[in-house]
Amino acid sequence: MSASGTVAVIDYGMGNLRSVWQALAQVAGESKVVVTADPAVVAAADRVVFPGQGAMPDCMREVDARGLRGALVDAARNKPFLGICIGLQMLFEHSEEGDVAGLGIFAGRVRRFPASQMVDPAGLRLKVPHMGWNRVQQAAGSGCRTAAHPLWANIADEERFYFVHSYYVDPADSTVVAGTTGYGIPFTSAVARDNIFAVQCHPEKSARAGLTLLANFIGWKP
Amino acid sequence: MALAKRIIPCLDVTAGRVVKGTNFVNLRDAGDPVEIARRYDEQGADEVTFLDITASSDQRGIILSIIEACASQVFIPLTVGGGVREIGDVRRLLNAGADKVSINTSAVQNPDLVAEASAKVGSQCIVVAIDAKEVAPGAWEVFTHGGRTRTGLDAVAWARRVQELGAGEILLTSMDRDGARSGFDLALTRAVSDAVDIPVIASGGVGSLQHLADGVSEGRADAVLAASIFHFGEFTIREAKEYMAARGIEVRL
Repeated sequence: MSASGTVAVIDYGMGNLRSVWQALAQVAGESKVVVTADPAVVAAADRVVFPGQGAMPDCMREVDARGLRGALVDAARNKPFLGICIGLQMLFEHSEEGDVAGLGIFAGRVRRFPASQMVDPAGLRLKVPHMGWNRVQQAAGSGCRTAAHPLWANIADEERFYFVHSYYVDPADSTVVAGTTGYGIPFTSAVARDNIFAVQCHPEKSARAGLTLLANFIGWKP
Repeated sequence: MALAKRIIPCLDVTAGRVVKGTNFVNLRDAGDPVEIARRYDEQGADEVTFLDITASSDQRGIILSIIEACASQVFIPLTVGGGVREIGDVRRLLNAGADKVSINTSAVQNPDLVAEASAKVGSQCIVVAIDAKEVAPGAWEVFTHGGRTRTGLDAVAWARRVQELGAGEILLTSMDRDGARSGFDLALTRAVSDAVDIPVIASGGVGSLQHLADGVSEGRADAVLAASIFHFGEFTIREAKEYMAARGIEVRL
């Protein structure tokens, strides 16, 4: 499951990308993984990974400060593109976190977990952030001909992945949903459309299942 | 579908080795930190926590190379604590590959550090470690400097305060139970867990698998941390998880 070429991990100065780089490098085979803030490198790459952590308003500001918006939007249009965590959320139109606009590549909004519904089936309060290992129920997403999206290959349905977040994406078009997770409410934990796949969890911190997802991305031919 | 309760092995590290003792004395060598972290990852640990107990500041760099080596081989979250005094320490540990940094004594001495660190690197990266001792029935005081210094702070009030300051998680250790193998202080764990919205990791006192399960079901902890029951091969992480799963606790198996 390896392909040659360059995988660009986009660095917009919001935290440490070492673990994303390291996990990709572990499964990259012949591919070269580079961490870059250079729009030209992003434009020339064969695949793009858009990670993110911290607060979305800061992330959007830094993407624009580095002149990366154009390269990101282009990449999301025409090459295998993987969003991770805030890198998923930023693909949407708007976030409740800081009332900020996103890139608008997917229609829909980013919402905070509603305090009133943060209760487990036993009636105990659920903590926010949603932190730890939770299950992802797989789906196909949009523009995919198989029952489950190819990035879920060799990963059991309802496998657990590592999450850390207080906001979740709420797509306007439900056909883009590629994964669902339950935490007080069911929420969209992965979206896919054509060449784009994006997850709320951190595959780089999700042990074997996460590495498998990254390997599937490296070999993905959308 | 539900979030799994986490089991976190803790590695006390000094001079490049994992050690375990009782209340920081009678340290026994438990092995190479990277090798041990890999073993725990293979057994299904949900995270690994390193606590740097190095006394002299000139040896502090050692933990950075351990974290670097570990982060290149172990793809689960890594937390590092011990001797974190300033934002530069937080950055150095994150840059070495830590996912979260735990702040203890310095959070009490300088609460602004918690606010500054969570604002700069994100709450999700900042754990505040609270060491507490029971001072009256149902009342616990925060201690610092490895349990040697009283602070006058009430542990439950301090937990609420660090949440307001921006901590993303609390690592709660009972100094009364630490190393005693008689189980978590469940009343303390529950009091703190009920008082805050952020996740609480119970620590201090695990001597059996029953203790781990109690920490979750009675203490209402979101995660349980233990050292010695795992280091010396008494139980594997998997055995601990199977035990908890058999008692109806959601775990990642």
